[in-house]
Amino acid sequence: MSSAQIEIQLIASLVAMACAIPGTFLVLRKMALITDAISHSILPGIVIGFFVTQDLSSPLLIILAAASGVLTVVLVEFIQKTGLVKEDTAIGLVFPVLFSIGILLIAKNANDVHLDVDAVLLGELAFAPFDRLNIGEFDLGPKSLWIIGTILLITLGLLLAFFKELKVSTFDAGLASALGLSPVVIHYGLMTVSSITTVGAFDAVGAILVIALMIAPAATAYLLTNDLKKMLLLAVIFGVGSAITGYWVAHGLDASISGSMTTVLGVVFLMVYLFAPNKGLLSVLYRQKQQRIEVSLLTFLLHLGNHKEKEERHVKHLNEHINWQKVQSKSVLELALKNNMITIDNEIVSLTQKGKKFTKEAIDYIVTNKNSEIENMKDRFFLFRG
Amino acid sequence: MDLQEYIELVFTDYTLRTITLGTAILGAICGMLGSFAVLRKQSLLGDAISHAALPGIAIAFLVLGTKNSAAFLLGALVSGLIGTFWIRGITRKTHLKSDTALGLILSLFFGFGMLLLTYIQKQPNANQAGLESYLFGQAATLLESDVWLMIIVTGISLVILLLFWKELKLLLFDPEYTKTLGFNTKFLDILITTFIVVAIVLGLQTVGVVLMSAMLLAPAAAARQWTNNLAIMVILAAIFGASSGVLGTAISASHNNLSTGPVIVLVAGAFVLISFVFSPGRGLLFREIRFRKNRNDLQLHKTLSFMYDIASTHEDISHPHAIKILNNFQGFTRKSLQKLEDKNYIKVHGNMWSMTASGFHTAANLYNQLVKAEEDE
Repeated sequence: MSSAQIEIQLIASLVAMACAIPGTFLVLRKMALITDAISHSILPGIVIGFFVTQDLSSPLLIILAAASGVLTVVLVEFIQKTGLVKEDTAIGLVFPVLFSIGILLIAKNANDVHLDVDAVLLGELAFAPFDRLNIGEFDLGPKSLWIIGTILLITLGLLLAFFKELKVSTFDAGLASALGLSPVVIHYGLMTVSSITTVGAFDAVGAILVIALMIAPAATAYLLTNDLKKMLLLAVIFGVGSAITGYWVAHGLDASISGSMTTVLGVVFLMVYLFAPNKGLLSVLYRQKQQRIEVSLLTFLLHLGNHKEKEERHVKHLNEHINWQKVQSKSVLELALKNNMITIDNEIVSLTQKGKKFTKEAIDYIVTNKNSEIENMKDRFFLFRG
Repeated sequence: MDLQEYIELVFTDYTLRTITLGTAILGAICGMLGSFAVLRKQSLLGDAISHAALPGIAIAFLVLGTKNSAAFLLGALVSGLIGTFWIRGITRKTHLKSDTALGLILSLFFGFGMLLLTYIQKQPNANQAGLESYLFGQAATLLESDVWLMIIVTGISLVILLLFWKELKLLLFDPEYTKTLGFNTKFLDILITTFIVVAIVLGLQTVGVVLMSAMLLAPAAAARQWTNNLAIMVILAAIFGASSGVLGTAISASHNNLSTGPVIVLVAGAFVLISFVFSPGRGLLFREIRFRKNRNDLQLHKTLSFMYDIASTHEDISHPHAIKILNNFQGFTRKSLQKLEDKNYIKVHGNMWSMTASGFHTAANLYNQLVKAEEDE
């Protein structure tokens, strides 16, 4: 590994960490799409900032661009408050307009601005090590490393200082304001941090991939845990892991680094989405299937419990009476038999002692809706786990 | 270039005619289908789908090795639909909310698309140039065949809309009721979503991935302000969309260095702004005017009922009183007295006022209504 490669991976990891922290809170607060809006609408801020400062990495430019990000949030909220359109429409209207203004500003001044529209969307991580911060004779490393490092430090500092406040206001806004924490301050604080992070990451990964770095690690982590601290930690790990893996994939394919970072994030999310225990697609589908079978079983047992007559309890009768398909009635019958709930005597089905007890407990639960009745069933049946 | 010259040019110049027609039709179909997206609260679906279409375009190119609009459209359509259904899968099967799902699909698909695009650019193949035009759109690359394709798709979606009009309308406003009536809501849902995806994919070449969502939303959001009737809204949105296309093309054609896509979006944004402010029913301006008028009416009523209280203490209701005694009541101004006089409720002589019979009658009824309202409570 050359030193440039190490530097690129370091920058990518820092960007991923800096994005994952505000991203986690945005996902939890159901404001993930505001990053979409911010990442697009900081463009005019960057262009105007560039006209003023003539330097893409000056702090003033970052502040101007971050201000236009916050302006977007304010605009969206203003439009939403008028009640003329819904919130999502407001977001969808504001950022394309601001982004268009940015593109036109670049196009109109193409000769003066060293801003490439492609670079706006993609960023150029590969060139980051060439823009170095020098003080006198000393080479202090790439400029973007310092910028994103500073942003990350500030974000971490704010996170540690206001963790409790953020947590309360994210999960219970009412309680937070009752405790005297202003929701407005926390909201705009988070928005400001998100905007500044977006601007800082913009250089490295471009406008749209910032969204991926903010949302994807947080969403992936959210599928695995319900604990805020663990979620933050997992999001950071997923972000940094994908950033480094993504770099080597891009190296192998000779393609865009940010593109391959996002692709790796996508693959990680897909895996977790499919295989996560409890919340993954497969386990949800399995649970739903189990519940369906158990509902059938319960219906069947209740039916048996209600009928003393023999003809109602005939095996053949199941199909027509409860209106089940042949395969389904057969599998339910087998399940009940396997659990010793029923006995089949000369094609006549009867409940066993255990079956009667089960049916009674289930009815008690349905009627009273009290959990105590089904405590002992929870281990065996998905249906009663809630 | 003056207006007449420009209009002549639109009819004679092949490129300009194609672009104008293309953007107009695109605006119309986006407005039409966008109305459904906005009313179904799926405004940002357009944004997600347009980004999600990118890998489809890149894969179509990788498979074919040449640029072919129809194949690109198909690729974009397939990957847009995959994105849409994955979004549904995420929101239905996990506890992630729709905003997270939209943002995820948007950014992940787009990132994957960019990976493929940059990979293609490094390939030794001369044909790849111009693929980036799908990012921001290049109306100048529109061909007559593209316009024909748009016309055909618009025609088909019009027919489908008309055929399923009643069902779609019902689905929009009361999905539960639609279900109980026995309509196949799943089919209707997929039908309208598919057509929204088609409209988005059609627009990619012209306005590009990033700005496509505005094309879908802006005309519909503008049209929504002028009417509460779905049919009128759809028609209005189509008109707004088409006019933004034509106007945007005209503005960008008559200046240097103005790309068509962003200009169209800005024109559509201007339509929205105008509608937000000036629409008579919901607009901010008329809302403010109504608000002030109501406030003034209330002030007048307050003054009048105060005068009534004073006048009713006298046997002769038209007995003159000094204006001064109204002073401790803040609701009166010279103007409001003038207004009351204009309505023939009071007469003003110098610094004295007296109530007329009609004023007394109105004030008495006003007061009675108030008493009545109090009793009701």
